[in-house]
Amino acid sequence: MDIQTSTADKALVVAVGGRLDALTAPEFERKAAELIAATPGPLIVDFERLDYISSAGLRALLATAKRIKAAGAQMLCVGVTGPVREVFDISGFSAVFQMHDSVVGALAAVD
Amino acid sequence: MAPARLRIAARVERLPEAVAFVEEQADRFGLGPKKLFGLTLALEEAFVNICHHAFPSGEGEAELACDGVGEVFVLEVADTGTPFDLLALPIPDLTADVMERRIGGLGVYFIRTFSDSVSYHREEGRNILRMSFNRA
Repeated sequence: MDIQTSTADKALVVAVGGRLDALTAPEFERKAAELIAATPGPLIVDFERLDYISSAGLRALLATAKRIKAAGAQMLCVGVTGPVREVFDISGFSAVFQMHDSVVGALAAVD
Repeated sequence: MAPARLRIAARVERLPEAVAFVEEQADRFGLGPKKLFGLTLALEEAFVNICHHAFPSGEGEAELACDGVGEVFVLEVADTGTPFDLLALPIPDLTADVMERRIGGLGVYFIRTFSDSVSYHREEGRNILRMSFNRA
């Protein structure tokens, strides 16, 4: 797994690539928590380069979303396609998270 | 293909090794790419469950066995830990607002969904989860 962060005008963008599994999910959650603490506000998670996600990965995302919600902001997911999308759909997470096709689309939805 | 087995410490850090072993066997069998994703996911969920729950008072091993039976790739994930039928877990409630609660049972739900068939049995002190994947 690798994480790249950038700042769009109203939100922090975290692009995650590779595999988000039981081994890497804790690292993602920790890194996301640090970012949220350092830069409060909306967080856009870009899954474009993510090849794989398991229930452990989803739990880390859920924990991250809860943390952001507790801080009064929102988490938005973009670029969720292919098998990763299938996992989101089957688990009901695509109905729970805010899903957008692109970072631009997500930014337009940020309050 | 000839059956292949791997004994591996039931520790989450060993997950990449377990995945690499099963992927290699699936590749030899010629499992389709869509099926391969589901196979890897089912393997992780079964293996990690053993890591977290099978040996509450210490460490143990998991045994992975792969075999091709006609058009079906079979993965067995076994352990000698606490008797536990993963398949007895209820289907998680995916309709309620997941943001408000703890979610459980997602792993076994993925095993059920992504495998073409799955069964559990206990034999000679081992929990054996058998998952089948059609070639394509």
